[in-house]
Formats: sequence, structure tokens, C-alpha cells
Amino acid sequence: MTAPNASGWRPSMGEAGETKNVTSSGDYGLMLEEALSFELGSSDKCGVDIDAADREPVAGLDKFLRKAAPALPGLTEPETVRHYTRLSRQNYAIDLGPFPLGSCTMKHNPRLNEKMARLPGFADVHPMQPQTTVQGAFEVIEQLAHWLVTLTGMASVAMSPKAGAHGELCGLLCIRAALDARGEVRDVVLVPESAHGTNPATAAFAGFKVESIPATPAGRVDVAALKAKLGPNVAGVMITNPNTCGLFEPDMREIADAVHAAGGYVYCDGANFNAIVGKVRPGDLGVDAMHINLHKTFSTPHGGGGPGAGPVVLSEALAPFAPLPFVTRGEDGSIHLVEEENAGEGHDQAFGRMVAFHGQMGMFTRALTYILSHGADGLRQVAEDAVLNANYVLRSCEDLLPAPFADSGPCMHEALFSDAGLAEGFSTLDIAKGLIDEGFHPMTVYFPLVVKGAMLVEPTETESKAGLDRFIGSLRSLAQRAKDGDESLHSAPHFAPRRRLDETLAARKPVLVWQGDPGVPGTPSMSEIGGS
Amino acid sequence: MRYLPLTPADRASMLETIGAASVDDLFVDVPVAARLAGPIEGLPAHASEMAVERHMTALAAKNVSAGSAPFFIGAGAYRHHVPASVDHLIQRGEFLTAYTPYQPEIAQGTLQVLFEFQTQVARLFGTDIANASMYDGSTACWEAILMAARVTRKGRSLLSGGLHPHYGEVVRTMAKFTRDEIVSLPAKMTAEPDDAALIDGIDDKTSCVVVQYPDVFGRIPDLAAIAAAAHEKGALLVVVVTEPVALGLIEAPGALGADIVVGEGQSIGVGLQFGGPYLGLFGCREKFVRQMPGRLCGQTVDAEGKRGFVLTLSTREQHIRREKATSNICTNSGLCALAFSIHLTLLGGEGLARLAAVNHARAQATFDRLTRIPGVSLLNGAFFNEATLILPRDAREVVRELADRKVLGGVSLGRLFPEGEGLRNGLLVAATETTTDEDIEAFAVELENVLAGVPA
Repeated sequence: MTAPNASGWRPSMGEAGETKNVTSSGDYGLMLEEALSFELGSSDKCGVDIDAADREPVAGLDKFLRKAAPALPGLTEPETVRHYTRLSRQNYAIDLGPFPLGSCTMKHNPRLNEKMARLPGFADVHPMQPQTTVQGAFEVIEQLAHWLVTLTGMASVAMSPKAGAHGELCGLLCIRAALDARGEVRDVVLVPESAHGTNPATAAFAGFKVESIPATPAGRVDVAALKAKLGPNVAGVMITNPNTCGLFEPDMREIADAVHAAGGYVYCDGANFNAIVGKVRPGDLGVDAMHINLHKTFSTPHGGGGPGAGPVVLSEALAPFAPLPFVTRGEDGSIHLVEEENAGEGHDQAFGRMVAFHGQMGMFTRALTYILSHGADGLRQVAEDAVLNANYVLRSCEDLLPAPFADSGPCMHEALFSDAGLAEGFSTLDIAKGLIDEGFHPMTVYFPLVVKGAMLVEPTETESKAGLDRFIGSLRSLAQRAKDGDESLHSAPHFAPRRRLDETLAARKPVLVWQGDPGVPGTPSMSEIGGS
Repeated sequence: MRYLPLTPADRASMLETIGAASVDDLFVDVPVAARLAGPIEGLPAHASEMAVERHMTALAAKNVSAGSAPFFIGAGAYRHHVPASVDHLIQRGEFLTAYTPYQPEIAQGTLQVLFEFQTQVARLFGTDIANASMYDGSTACWEAILMAARVTRKGRSLLSGGLHPHYGEVVRTMAKFTRDEIVSLPAKMTAEPDDAALIDGIDDKTSCVVVQYPDVFGRIPDLAAIAAAAHEKGALLVVVVTEPVALGLIEAPGALGADIVVGEGQSIGVGLQFGGPYLGLFGCREKFVRQMPGRLCGQTVDAEGKRGFVLTLSTREQHIRREKATSNICTNSGLCALAFSIHLTLLGGEGLARLAAVNHARAQATFDRLTRIPGVSLLNGAFFNEATLILPRDAREVVRELADRKVLGGVSLGRLFPEGEGLRNGLLVAATETTTDEDIEAFAVELENVLAGVPA
């Protein structure tokens, strides 16, 4: 068992019974440990040449001056480049292999996107520049908005939300504002129990009470149960479609009609739009608001956990309530910004402001680049290939791993398995950690909550058939080992930069900042300062 | 299609494995009426890399980039020189194309960066701890107010008139829906910030006082005095920092008694990017840790006893707590946090102090020159790298006329505070280490021309 894994790392320890080779450095060939920057740097090093200031601070600043420089060690450029390059090698990434996290849509990030976002005309433009100097930025927003509303069949789009969950909040606040405008108080939002955790959290954040809707045995929203909950107190529903089980909600139109008839609105979580882009328009299904994760469907990089971008498409009913600021084209052909200064001119229903500036412009340029590269035909092919890849994984593994909804038909862009039928004491976690040793990033595990030991595999359209076959081979091998009770899986991963980490210890005694030199001047401890 | 690896033969063979006749068979759950027969009409088809690059480059060329003109705009986003290695390193595919470190064994790179980032932010802010970042400064500000309400079990927040008006708008927008009480002091064009009015406004129901440092006019509030007054009434002091480079020169808010410090991290390592993505910073006292929003990275050990890092205290978060979570936030601003952390590692504390001193010196040079123009005066008693000029007429028109003369000469208070009648002649001007003597002279000459009515 000495094969290199996909990250370039080699096993740090042998199998039981083997003699363990120990190096004096602690590194093993290309497997490199890396200390913290605080352990490497020192206060007399700097990677930026800065001349001393040619003036003393103004007199009025005297009483505010910092007594000592912040206790932050510096590193020169070569040391800095090495530190972060070595750290980078401890990460798995799409660039190294399949990253089949269900509901995350980890597709290839085209490098043209990165190049375009770095054009000085986009990267080096200030959000508060005079409007005549940023017409190109406004055009990017306008063009992307046009694609998003056309692809979704909706009336308009609010571009400023910073991430999917922020987009959910934007959509729900539009609903709140629309209800306020109607003079109605409706304080309940219905959320299926299979929903992503952000849905109920967002509804609560927006001041609503959350009521849960059960799923049917076929993994869909229980329409009868939903209808039974509708009433004058229901502001709306939040439905994910395709849903978190990777299935299309065939009754979406019927649900939307019932919700509308009861005076509510339909929020659609667009996390899984990649499955239907160019194939289905949510607007045709009666949706009133849906966020679009540009970092999923439209390939902006996930960046180790963000930043994302979550524009929200809106129906005619909700469009007037979209937040400030936004761009609009005037009769003279120029694009101008509607913000607090001029919102009174026909936009007085806007519910307010969600962010300091215009949203994730750097993601808009990347997403527009991606969209123009694919075109209407290419985007449709994206959805088809994403769904094809997921069904290929589903049908290639369902004989070994139970697929709870496979009997009812095809899945959409992700294949859902459960850990039922593994040997006693074996679970999803063992399969996931085993995949790490096989050189893959695991799938999403234990989500959705409605399936015990869920494994949600989303290959995306940017995996080749050969790549999928390798992944399927590993997944099948692990499923068999877990059925056979192979104890070595319990201690996997064996070949990653770290073995299983003690999460209980981390939570019981949180160490959130480096504590190597608590006595250094310039870092007074708050507990010593006192206060509330 | 250059991004799609499946060949027609692959597709046929895979459909056979699946047992479907065509890909449409995989979309059977979609009602027929909702299925689109082909590519959506009216939208263009796919395009080559060269064609897309041409299109996007033409759009970029319609903007005036900050580096192509004398540039003095701040107001919550600052143009600083970002070392070349920062952008190179954040484009390492292992950072760029990774996701949330759900599997810590193969995400130690991202996790260790977050741990280092949290330590850097805490030391910069003078707080015990910091989280792994938020969307931006304005959303971090609202999250701080919510957190203060959870900690104090009170619901009245007092906002300084020196808070960035967009931050204030975000807070008031959100509070409308949560029914939290927000008291906003008026923005006033005075030489000193509104510390006294804030202190007077704190009562027993106040959960927190929100103060920007330096404030949006570039003035510097006396945090220690406000902290003492807040703590006396059982309220927390929330400090907002929109220009963290300032903390290389002026005292850390935590050292002055701030309980929660939030900020916009854009000015260290992250470019202007027309407003986003940016980087919300969030630090606070350790005893509040379980009320914090956002991701936290913590140190632990692996099964062999080696030091490692994991996301921790996730019982606060939406994926566990659902509607009872401390926030609905699901991501952080990871790649921007990485850029911030790399830039700050290159600088070190001493380098940041030198950078801050240079910023302050460039601002002094700017204001010395501009206040020699007849009718132009400086509002501020103290400032860091940004301050308010008082012009003889409405600054909104002046900014537009300066732009026509290829000078990006600051932000008018009239745009920032459309309601503020007494602020119309105020012009917010920022200088950084990127500001040259030639920039200052060009700005001064054109400002003088605009004010004197000399045709362009």
C-alpha cells in the first residue's frame, strides 16, 4: 500500500507489522509538514519593501497612536511563497480529481474566468466611482442579469446577495415586503424536512416561524401534507427543486398553484439548478423567487469555502420589492445605478439594502464568462451531462449500495445511496474516509437527513467517463470491504496528510487562535482589560 | 465544447449502462409542459475562448480603472498595492478549487490558513478570538448587533452617525424584519465625532453601541470613553473598522475596551473589484464564543497525536441547529481570507505599521495641498488616510466634473447621505501608499479649475 494518492502525498505510516521509516525532518519525500506562520516568522522580517514615512503623525492623532506594532510576525517573499505552497499541498481540490460533494456542484473552474476577472477594468474599479466611469461594470451586471432571468423564465433578478444563504434571505425579505405591502401578517414558512439547513435558518433569520413538511416514501414533498398546512398564516414555502435527494419534484406546479391560491409565495432553493439549466425554467413552474449559486451552476471557484454569490430571480409579484442598489438602463442608453439617493423615483417599494456595495462583482465577471463560453446550447448540454453522469454512478453502484429512490426512476444530477446493509458497525463515515485513501474527495455524507447514512454523490458534467469509472471502481471496492467487515476501514484514512482528527477535543476546549506567545506586547488579553 | 469531457460515444455507452434510450428519458419526472424542446431562443450559442475574451475585454475597457487616473476614493473600500505573490498563491488550484473543509484530513491547507487568519485578525483587532470570516463588513456589522442582543438579552442598538451609511442601511433593513430596535444618530459635519451624543444615548435597554473607527468622515472616536459608558449600562461596544490598515497606526479596538470588533478586510490583500467579493472580519471576547456567528477553525490532534485543525463549535450553525442557529450563514469568504492572510504575512506587524505610517503621510500631503485651494478646508481634527474636505459648493457636482477631467476625486457626502442637508458640501477624500505627488498635484489643479469654473 504505497501508491501515491492524488494529492501527491505518500503514506506516512506503514501497515500493521511493517517497519515504520522515520526521517529526522518529519517530512517524507514530497509529503511535507508545515509549521504555522507564527512559528516561522519574526517581527524583523518583511516581504514588502516600504520606505519610512516622510512625516510625523498629525498632532490630533497623538492620543490614538498604537503603543506597539501588532504582534504579527512577517516573512519575506520566498518564505511566504513556500509556506503557502506547502500548505496548498495538504488540500484536495477539483484540480486534483473528482470532488463529488452532493448539492455543492464542484465542477471545473475554467481559467478564462479567472483571467477575465483580473482585467484592470474589472478588478481595479471602485464601487463608488462616478457612474460615467463604470459603464462597463454596469453592462456586465446587466448582461448577466439578462441571462439569469431568461434561463429561469422569471421577471427580474436581485444581484447583490453575497451567497446562496444570503440569496435565500433576500427572497424571503421580498416576500415579507410584499406581504407588508398587502397589509397582511403571515408569519409561517413551510420547509420540507429534507431541506438544506440554511432554509429553516434563513426563515428564522427573516423573522418567520418554520413548520416542517414531511417527505413521501418516494423522496418527494408530501403534497397533501403541504396543502393541509396552507392557510392565512402561511407566508410561503421553501422548496428545493431538484430536491436534496437528487430528485425532481414533479408536483411543483400543483404545489405552487395551491400556495398562490392560499395567498402565499413560492421560494425555490436553486442550489441544484445545474441539473435543469437550459432544460426547465423555474418560472414555468410557478416559482416566485429562487437564488442561483453562481459558484455552483456557473463555475465561480469555491475557494476553500467561499466567496460565493447568490443572485435571486424574482416573479412579477416580487420584483418591485428587490433591494437596492441595482442597475437600470435609461432612455439615453446609459446604464445608471438606483441607490438610496434616487430610489424614490419609482422604486420606493425596494425593501432596503443587503450589502455595502453591489454584490459579488468578481463573481459576475466569472459567471458571465462561463455563460458566454457555453451559450444556450452548451448550458443545456451541461444539465444533460450532469444528469447522465449521476445516473451512470447510480446504476453502476446500486447493486452494492442501497439507493433508496432508485426504483422510482432516474435521479437528476446527484445519486443518493444509504449505508443500510453494510456489516455490523460499518457506516457511511467508513466509506467516506476510505475514499480519501483511494485518492478521491468523499461525497456529501449524512445529508439529506431523511435518509439514514446518506451518501449523496454529485459528479457534475466535467468528469470524464474514464474518471467516473475509476471513482465507481473505488466506491464499489469500498462498499464490498464494508460489507465484508474490513476493520482497516475504521481507521481510514491511512494515507492522507492527517489521520482522523479529534473533533470532540476541538469543541470541548476550543483553541481558535495561536497561543504560542501569550506574553508578547501588543496583544493584550481582553480578560486582562476587563469590561463587560 | 471545451469544458465537457463526455464524447458522443461515451454518452451512448453510458445510456446503455443506465438502460435509457436517450437522455430525455432521464428527465421523465419533469412534466412535459415544463420541458424545453431545445436551447432557449434569443440567447447566443457557445463561443470560443478568444471570442469571449474579446467580448469581456471590450466591456472592461469601458471602465476607468483606479490605476489609470489620479484616484482618491475610499468610503469603505481602499486601493492598496497588493504584492504579486498574493494573487499568484490564491490561484493555486489546491486553494482555488477546494471547498469548505468538511473532510479535514485532506483540507489541512485551508484549515491551517483559517487558523492563522483567525489569529491575525484577533491580534490586529486586539480581541481574544476571531472567526473564519463573513461576507463583508456590512453584513458582519449586522451579525454583531444580533450577537450583542443574544449576549445581553436586550434589543436596542445605538448607531453612531459616523457609521458608514450603507452599513447603517443594511442594519436598518434587516432590523425592520427582525423587529430589533435601532436608534441611528444623525450624521453631522463636525470636526470631532459624536462620542458625547452616543454616550448620552446609552440606556439600560441598550444592547450595544456601534461605532466606526476611524468613522466614515475619517474622524477617530474615543473608544475607551464610549466603552466605559456602555459597560456601565450593561451594553456592549461594537466597533466597525472599514480600513484595517489604520490599525497599524492607531490602537487596536480590543485594547480600548471593544467587546466585538467587525470590519471590512478588503484593503489588505483583496482588490477593489467594484465592491465584491470582500471580506467580513469578526472578532470578540472569548467568553462570547458560543454566541458567535460564522465558521470557526480550531486546533486539535489526529489519531497519531499530530497537530491538526478542524471546523469546530458547529452546533451554533445552520446545518446542525437549523432554525435555531446563530446565523443562516453557510460559507465564509475563504479565498479573500487567504489573500488577506498572505498579504498580512508578507507585511508582518512592523511592515503594517510602516505601511500605515506611509498612508497617513500621503494623506497629510494630500490635504496640505488641497486646502491651499481657495474655499477648500479640512473638517477633521484627526484622521488616518481619509478625511472630509469642505467645499464651497455641492460636492456631488464637483465629483462628476472631476471625473470628466479624468480625476477620481473622492466620494461626495451628498451621495452617501442623500437625506443630510447640511452635508452637501462635504467631499470624502482618501489617499494611500499608491498616491503619488503627481496624483495629488493633478487632483489639486483640476479641483481648483472646477471650483473656479474654468472650462475643461
